[in-house]
Amino acid sequence: MKHRRMLVLTGGLGVLALIVFLGVAAASGSKPARAEKAAAMPAPKVPKAAAIRKKYGGQTITFVGDSVGNGHVRDTALATQFTKDTGIKVNVVPHPSASDQSYAQLARAFSSKSSSIDVAMIDVVWPGAFAPYLVNLKPKLGKQSKLHLASIVANDTIRGRLVAMPWFGDYGILYYRTDLLRKYGYSGPPKTWSALFAMAKKIQDGERSSNPNFTGFVFQGNAYEGLTCNALEWIASAGGGHIIDKGKVTINNAKARAVLDSIRSQIGKITPQGVTTYQEDQTEHAFDNGDAAFARNWPYQYGIGAGADSKVKGKFSVTVLPHGAAGRSVGTVGGWQLAVSKFSKHQGASIELVRYMTSPAVEKFDAITNSNVPTIVSVAKNKAVVKANPYLKPAIASVPRVTRPAKFLGARYNEASKVVYQGINQILTGSPASQVVPQIKARLQQILNSK
Amino acid sequence: MSSVATPAPVPHRRRRRRTKLQRRQTRLAWLLLLPALAVVVFVAIYPLGKTVYQSFTNQEFLAGLTPTKRVGFSNYHTLIHDTIFRDTVVLTIKFTVITVSFEFLLGLIIALVVNSHFKGRGVMRAIMLVPWAIPTVVAAKMWLWMLDDTYGVVNDLGMRAHILSHPHAWIADPSTQLAAVCAVDVWKTTPFVALLLLAGMQVIPKDLYEAASVDGANQLQQFWRITLPLLRPAILVTLIFRTLDALRVFDVFQVFFGYRLGAQSMAVYNQSTIVGDGHVGYGAAMSVAIFLIISLFVVIYVTFVRVSEQ
Repeated sequence: MKHRRMLVLTGGLGVLALIVFLGVAAASGSKPARAEKAAAMPAPKVPKAAAIRKKYGGQTITFVGDSVGNGHVRDTALATQFTKDTGIKVNVVPHPSASDQSYAQLARAFSSKSSSIDVAMIDVVWPGAFAPYLVNLKPKLGKQSKLHLASIVANDTIRGRLVAMPWFGDYGILYYRTDLLRKYGYSGPPKTWSALFAMAKKIQDGERSSNPNFTGFVFQGNAYEGLTCNALEWIASAGGGHIIDKGKVTINNAKARAVLDSIRSQIGKITPQGVTTYQEDQTEHAFDNGDAAFARNWPYQYGIGAGADSKVKGKFSVTVLPHGAAGRSVGTVGGWQLAVSKFSKHQGASIELVRYMTSPAVEKFDAITNSNVPTIVSVAKNKAVVKANPYLKPAIASVPRVTRPAKFLGARYNEASKVVYQGINQILTGSPASQVVPQIKARLQQILNSK
Repeated sequence: MSSVATPAPVPHRRRRRRTKLQRRQTRLAWLLLLPALAVVVFVAIYPLGKTVYQSFTNQEFLAGLTPTKRVGFSNYHTLIHDTIFRDTVVLTIKFTVITVSFEFLLGLIIALVVNSHFKGRGVMRAIMLVPWAIPTVVAAKMWLWMLDDTYGVVNDLGMRAHILSHPHAWIADPSTQLAAVCAVDVWKTTPFVALLLLAGMQVIPKDLYEAASVDGANQLQQFWRITLPLLRPAILVTLIFRTLDALRVFDVFQVFFGYRLGAQSMAVYNQSTIVGDGHVGYGAAMSVAIFLIISLFVVIYVTFVRVSEQ
């Protein structure tokens, strides 16, 4: 009797284990097709590999890399090539996809003086906060840094120390469905936000009958760093300033409040109601699944949308973001740098990885296979690169770039950005701008004062 | 001089000198306890003490340049006036009361069912634990998709069954966000409550029920007069476990809402203050406050146990 009970219990546990295993397997088995494109073009060889192998071969370093879109596939391909050529083993660990969580991860490692991270990708707004924990790359990579855009190199240079190397740039662009615009009689993408709202409404009303999931416009509305980027574009493109200008908080002005209220009025009408929980991945899924007429995202989405498993392949294009009645189109500057931790036990080998990853050959590879914006000017103008990435066409690439107010805030940037995106998220979920924006202003002022 | 009576011998209150053996045994006892005590000091008392100490400083996470100094009660003063923190406390307590009540009621029903004899009971008990076996973050991500307004299966089923007239953004809409997060927690943790209550039911002697049946007590009377009173120790343990767990909830809130204002649990706000904003000192004060709030619940429960035992 006792044995029988044991048997039944074991059997039950077996069933349980099987269910859990199948669930996990099903969850992890998605998106195999995405790796194909990266494999089509081989990763570039490492220059002067023999000398590097002699010096650092056999060492193992940990690289905290990308997780959005095809980023991890790209990182793994490059790391494999690097290991093959130099004998330096690279442990590639994808970082959390929300950049403020990725910031938290690095902050935790640095504050505990951990040697577990050797190379990390850091956001364009972080060099100020992390500078004391990063190796000065100027002695070894100063020459290579001259190939990159001077403005980004300046951003990564803190008190004369080059604490990070530009890796790829980013700016917000508008994705739109060329087929649907034609179908509903539009000759081109919208120039203003109000035109976008009207077009999105008309297309959505027409498409809903055949696709109940269809919405006009998707963007990043979740309470996280990405919303600060979106909000900066709305406000700056309406002539409402850049949240903080010349060290003063400027967000509380009529133009800014008006554009925020106009976006709020569209939530649930031409966007999914759940857009206030969307990050980059949800935006990309909705658009590439054929469920949205317009999307705001970074350039990386282009490569996925043009890929084999995309439902909108050949049916979409990109352009600059719309602007308000009084303003002009802008794009928030994003982008990622590679940095070496001061607590790394293999700084030499780590710097060689950074040298390879930020070389012209790799940036070209990344731009073509992964549609990221090169930070090396000559690569950005390369014909093959521009052909693969139409957003590099001068008409789009020359759009005024707006920067998040990191330089006024230094180590307090993350906290200030949280104030901004929490407030904007509140507006998107229903609170009027006239009520929230003054609170944002007061809290930002408090942070600036206490700095 | 000699006529002075010698004082009556005072009864010896002094403890008798312990024998050599006793002393050796005491020493051995301490020696054996030492590892356990060292662990407690290392994992509980030291971190707690350090947190309390930090709460009186202005320590920053990435304190590259600014030196840490003591600031007295100023962190606590700020905390009292922190309306965001107040909101998180209210929200977390609401969440705790709702989830623990539902989990207890549903868990009790499930425990009663699987405690009775029927075919396939063992398999049933194992299957019942599936939600609990899934890591919370994975379960939360899964529910995030299921509750999505565009692609979610919950809206799809609701529409097909004509319960919903249009898809609803359960997580995005502030008026349904608490219900959504509570539902997930109830789904996930009810099995655990059922398991604890089931364990309590199994130790109730069967002959009590036999005697009750002989005396003509029906099932309901047996439940109220035998099961419930004898289950009380198990119920209290379960409630304490769940309440403390619910008060320090982090993962579901973090996955569902990120750092949305008005949708942060105490732990989420505490984490974002320390790790995101880098305010270790202020965050430590908040940790101490959370510790006290949770202790308050423990005191209430323990008092309740004492009173009910008398």
